[in-house]
Amino acid sequence: MELHPDDLKRIARLARLARIAVSEGEVPVLAGQLNGIIGLIDQLQAVDTAGIEPLAHPLDVVEALAQRLREDRVTETDQRDANMASAPAQENGLFLVPKVIE
Amino acid sequence: MGYEFSSLKSLHVALDSKRVSAVELATHFLDRTERAKDLNAFLHIDRERTLAEARLADERIVRGDAGALTGIPVAHKDIFVTRGWRSTAGSKMLAEYVSPFDASVVERLRDGAGMVCLGKLNCDEFAMGSSNENSAYGPVKNPWDTQRIPGGSSGASAAAVAAGLTPAATGTDTGGSLRQPAAMCGITAIKPTYGRVSRYGMIAFASSLDQGGPMARSAEDCALLLDAMAGFDERDSTSVNTPRAREPILARFSTAFALNANAGAPLQGIRIGVPKEFFGDGISADVAERVESALREFEKLGATRVPISLPRTTLSIPAYYVIAPAEASSNLSRFDGVRYGHRAKEYRDLNDMIERSRAEGFGAEVKRRILTGAYVLSHGYYDAYYLQAQRVRRLIGQDFQEAFKVCDFIMGPVAPHTAWKIGEKDNDPVAMYLEDIFTLGVSLAGLPGMSVPCGFDGRQLPVGLQIIGNYFDEGRMLAAAHQYQQATDWHARRPEGFA
Repeated sequence: MELHPDDLKRIARLARLARIAVSEGEVPVLAGQLNGIIGLIDQLQAVDTAGIEPLAHPLDVVEALAQRLREDRVTETDQRDANMASAPAQENGLFLVPKVIE
Repeated sequence: MGYEFSSLKSLHVALDSKRVSAVELATHFLDRTERAKDLNAFLHIDRERTLAEARLADERIVRGDAGALTGIPVAHKDIFVTRGWRSTAGSKMLAEYVSPFDASVVERLRDGAGMVCLGKLNCDEFAMGSSNENSAYGPVKNPWDTQRIPGGSSGASAAAVAAGLTPAATGTDTGGSLRQPAAMCGITAIKPTYGRVSRYGMIAFASSLDQGGPMARSAEDCALLLDAMAGFDERDSTSVNTPRAREPILARFSTAFALNANAGAPLQGIRIGVPKEFFGDGISADVAERVESALREFEKLGATRVPISLPRTTLSIPAYYVIAPAEASSNLSRFDGVRYGHRAKEYRDLNDMIERSRAEGFGAEVKRRILTGAYVLSHGYYDAYYLQAQRVRRLIGQDFQEAFKVCDFIMGPVAPHTAWKIGEKDNDPVAMYLEDIFTLGVSLAGLPGMSVPCGFDGRQLPVGLQIIGNYFDEGRMLAAAHQYQQATDWHARRPEGFA
């Protein structure tokens, strides 16, 4: 498949935004699939939505439910060990990552 | 033993009268699962853990502390996190993940209802897919034809119930993931109103759409299960606590058509809206015909048919495939290889570590959706795609409310086709997305939707009837489906080789 230079730029930009490494070999197939998806979602552009408010919570169609808030207090017990049990690397209760500043 | 295709009610009677123990039942289903390994339905089985839960259930029964579901086995879609059991979301990303807590649904069904967990069920990775081929742990096979997909994303939940490996399963539905696999495997499922079932501990895909629900062999079984699963949960910020949401589902289920029960026309006065857009060109003739004969059956039961229009049915596809990927790209940003999840072995620096961990940990469809999400949310495109999709979402919701002015339920097919062959649509994401056409609108509107078996196509593959209700009308929808299932036996058919 013929790849447009803009497709390559787009994939590189999206991969960077999404923090997903995309290898050169993956680009042709991925570009074709994403172009297909973008073609599909472009159908939205033709819809007249003047004066229509965006809908985030589906039940707002019938009644605007106020976002529920809770009291600002500690509700969880300390489960540091359990919460860190799945960390790929840790030491002394801290997550380990590669050195960021030399 | 003969319990594999029993109703939950008859399992309860057998347990209650001590004809069978919870341990015996659990053992029976575990043995069946062992023999049906080829379906690839279960991702995690732990006999000892299951039997320990069953012993607790037996103690409750002996103590006289048992409810309608105590001691009955259930299996959970691996989107619900579980302490002690694996919680992978069908992803390599979470292969080694150990959840420090149980999802609310898991907790309610075990600690509240006393159900016994048989294990964790395969699914499309992070619930993204319509065929269960997107699991990092391999595709699931449809018990009606093992060359075919079971539907998705709750494909294994549907396959396991259809094959009699469990009497009940949990699933989740973001754009049809409870209804479509139920249709393709010939079982019954209901996606509740958004906010009805707690999302706490449900690994997030698209938070404004995700909703858990039951999958079982009949509407009556689903009513019992949904009643136990549903209810306000303060740990889910979008859990609904209005008077309507607090009405007990089971009571509504039992009383909805009770007055008419002896009249021979129990659904008298019920108006069924039939959207013309659900019977267009893209639908298979077999599916259209099976659904049409189900509608005639409902008429025999006393209901009347009203032609309606849901003019934005086709638009629900692009609207969904903007909103769901947008939310997915935000939700899945948590997988960075730092706090939990897969971490790449080799990397240059922190950023490279994150990018490689995500490249290795996520499968192709998940990556496509994250990239699509990044695109529609990115600078310069946000208004044109994301906000525009949310505006269309409101219009779609309003279309349904317009329709419900003239009808009680909306009915049509769940999916345009029956189960396709494994691998058939593998490399064509858009072709796969188009198959979701009849389920996406309901999800965008946050409405409850059911799938009810209504016959078979020429290849003996199940066809599902979709029943759509207005917000919080699940009890009445289940009751109407129950009336249909009293008059028909499609839901009681069993796949050869598993009967």
